[in-house]
Amino acid sequence: MAIAQTPAELTALQPKPVDADAPRLEFRVFKGIPGGEQGDQAYSVPYVTGMVVLDAIHHIQRNLDTDLACRWNCKAAKCGSCSAEINGKPALMCKTRVDDLAEGAITVHPMKAFPLIKDLVTDVSGNYAVDASIPGFQAAPDDGAPWRIPERDLERLYEFRKCIECFLCQDVCHVLRTHNLHERFYGPRYFVRTAYLEMHPKDVVDRTEQTRQEGGIGYCNVTKCCTEVCPEHIHITDNAIIPLKERIGDRHWDPVRWVGRRLRGSPTVGANGASPARPAS
Amino acid sequence: MVEPYETIECDVIVVGAGGAGLRAAVAAAEAGCDTHVITKSLLGKAHTVMAEGGIAAALANTDPRDAWTVHFADTMLGGQLLNNWRMVELYAQEVIDRVYELERWGGLFDRTADGLINQRAFGAHTYWRLAHVGDRTGLELIRTCQDKAVHTPGITTHMEYTLTRLLTDGDRVSGAIGYRRNDGGFVVFRAGAVILASGGWGRMYKCTSNSWEGTGDGAALAYEAGAELLDMEFVQFHPTGMVWPPGARGILVTEAVRGEGGLLFNSEGGRFMLEYDPQKKELSSRDVVARSIYKEVQAGRGTPHGGAYLDVRHLGAEYVRKKLPSMVEQFHALASVDITKEPMEVGPTIHYTMGGVRVEPETAATAVPGLYAAGEVAGGLHGANRLGGNSLGDILVFGKRAGEAAAEYAKSRGSAPAVAEAQVEAEQRALLRHLDSDGAAAAENPYLIHEALQDAMQDDAGIARTEASLKRALAAIEELKLRARNLRVKGARVLNPGWHTCRDVDNMLVISEAIVRCAIERRESRGSQWRLDFPDKSDEQGRVNYLAVRDAAGMRVRAIPVEPVPAHLAAHIRDEEELRARSVIPIRPAARELAARGA
Repeated sequence: MAIAQTPAELTALQPKPVDADAPRLEFRVFKGIPGGEQGDQAYSVPYVTGMVVLDAIHHIQRNLDTDLACRWNCKAAKCGSCSAEINGKPALMCKTRVDDLAEGAITVHPMKAFPLIKDLVTDVSGNYAVDASIPGFQAAPDDGAPWRIPERDLERLYEFRKCIECFLCQDVCHVLRTHNLHERFYGPRYFVRTAYLEMHPKDVVDRTEQTRQEGGIGYCNVTKCCTEVCPEHIHITDNAIIPLKERIGDRHWDPVRWVGRRLRGSPTVGANGASPARPAS
Repeated sequence: MVEPYETIECDVIVVGAGGAGLRAAVAAAEAGCDTHVITKSLLGKAHTVMAEGGIAAALANTDPRDAWTVHFADTMLGGQLLNNWRMVELYAQEVIDRVYELERWGGLFDRTADGLINQRAFGAHTYWRLAHVGDRTGLELIRTCQDKAVHTPGITTHMEYTLTRLLTDGDRVSGAIGYRRNDGGFVVFRAGAVILASGGWGRMYKCTSNSWEGTGDGAALAYEAGAELLDMEFVQFHPTGMVWPPGARGILVTEAVRGEGGLLFNSEGGRFMLEYDPQKKELSSRDVVARSIYKEVQAGRGTPHGGAYLDVRHLGAEYVRKKLPSMVEQFHALASVDITKEPMEVGPTIHYTMGGVRVEPETAATAVPGLYAAGEVAGGLHGANRLGGNSLGDILVFGKRAGEAAAEYAKSRGSAPAVAEAQVEAEQRALLRHLDSDGAAAAENPYLIHEALQDAMQDDAGIARTEASLKRALAAIEELKLRARNLRVKGARVLNPGWHTCRDVDNMLVISEAIVRCAIERRESRGSQWRLDFPDKSDEQGRVNYLAVRDAAGMRVRAIPVEPVPAHLAAHIRDEEELRARSVIPIRPAARELAARGA
């Protein structure tokens, strides 16, 4: 069998260099810092077959503008770092192919629902604060692994765990984006998180009352904008938010439970695993 | 003082927030230490999310014949016996508990028919051993550890900070200095112990599955502080990365595709793995499969874009969508390929680094007192080649051990140590010079230096190496080191990626030099090291590990003897080799399992 010996053979696996005569694409990328100069900067980028928007941003950083700031990590739509608004639509830059965009200049802007830091990077730390405020998973202390859980009891949970925390759902949600209710509303990502915890057969904490009050789930009027932008195709509204709303409806407005709460004086804690409001179907 | 800086005092700092860092932080905090986690990215974005196939642990849920001793033997044989046997022993024993612990922390796994954690086949694992959830097990692991860490008292996380130098107090570590990426402000951590959990270094290669973070910072910082780098020549090419379109080249295609029964073909329709490894076929170890694809392409039997075909159509569309959902999505979105209807095109891509900072097996302590290393940044567990599924286990087992040992050390040391102002000033000057426009005449662009390094490493220190090619790579590195002295970028310190890249380039040059110098010394082919001028294994070379250490003259490489495996453990390896020679343990084809399930 022939084995590579020469440098030319050794480089046979290399990608082909960019064609100097390649057609060019026009990009308008937001640049600026809060309180400083802000606006769209125009860049001309050579087209490469199959390229995604993040490829263009990297080309700009390398060759045209070394201080253009963006977040990215895996470049494979698995980490959710490179969220932006491309031609006005919230999307991952690593997953948006330029071939799929309309003719003409491509605009790339930072997510609008979060405070700007610089260029395409926004301050998403508020999301992590919400996460920390939601009680974590907790199994009963005497319920030791290994666990035997039939897959059918977990079937609806797998979808929630696909979330890559790109925060595009938070960005598009009008409660946050338009009404700025970040202090009173968890946002879609954290209803997905809560739904996972609430529906897990081994978790024993009840978060429904917190989701109603601090989470402000009532503000959501199920327009499904979040579901539309989710790069993981999670049915956020149908499978997370609506079941949570129903659960809260059952618990909070159930007259027997209402009286029970009054008598006990304990508004939030109950045994979730023992008596689910909805049968696990 | 060159510039003002913020000082944070604590017991333990953890550099990196992937699985190893988060597991270490939980252990240190549970031991009562004020623990600070520092990450270059946002929480939950670390490279752990890219681990797809699963976590190898001898749970024996899918095959009662499995046991930690078999996992031990598989890992030693996969590493071509250059592994540190004690690390492998601890790993194979403890990873079982770490998997169940994840489940108790809220992690989700696919289940067997009777409700236990399901396990899948993977390359060179004798039994079905990988606990998994579809093909996104790494995401599940990091999210579970993230949730645990967020809700563990005593852990503070600093997102989007970069640490650029370890500070020392005599021969001991006393903390680290770095900057906040978002505003460029300097930060000094004064800490009793430092845990490096900063991952590997694939970014010095052109075709890589690594994110921008894989620049080897942790290993470079440790080396500069006096730690030893072990087995640096061993860089893993994952056999299956995407080869097309150009922007997607190098993106990982999980080994789970083959674990679930995917088959490899050349352009003539030949199932070439039958020839290269008739027994394990597509599920041979990664070094073997990567070389086989490379050889097929070299022989003119490659696909149109220079790879091999990976085919899962025979498994059925529904099964593929359940078990490999992110592969379906990735090929659909990036390459317009429906993998349930068409074969994928794949080729080798840089994936993992077996080498790293040399550590004590029990404690993950490095040669520098107070400095610990766990996960991919550490060396020793994987030897010359890592088996798939052994990295997610590695980070949990040794992350926990590092956290516990560092906590004990920090507590024994008492209050946070003093920091030498001179060290802080020197590092500030080194970082700020890149923004100084005085050197504009000879200014070098860090991105272009990085590209030149990637070219040199890919061409001359890649999958196939010779003494001549490695010496060319070394000459290129030496030249780039000189040019890197003049790295200059425009802009200010506020979130300036060009400025950040300057420090990354320095780290990558140090690590590249270690890779090349060790690869020159290892005059044999073993595991991921494929020397065209020494195509066979050598008994003599098999008895040594190479260490790269810093001395006054620069980098020096020396050989140390491989620690002999104790007799009772060596027996497990012999048993396993015998079984393999007699072919009494067939790797069960996925199709048969599917039939059994009635799928």
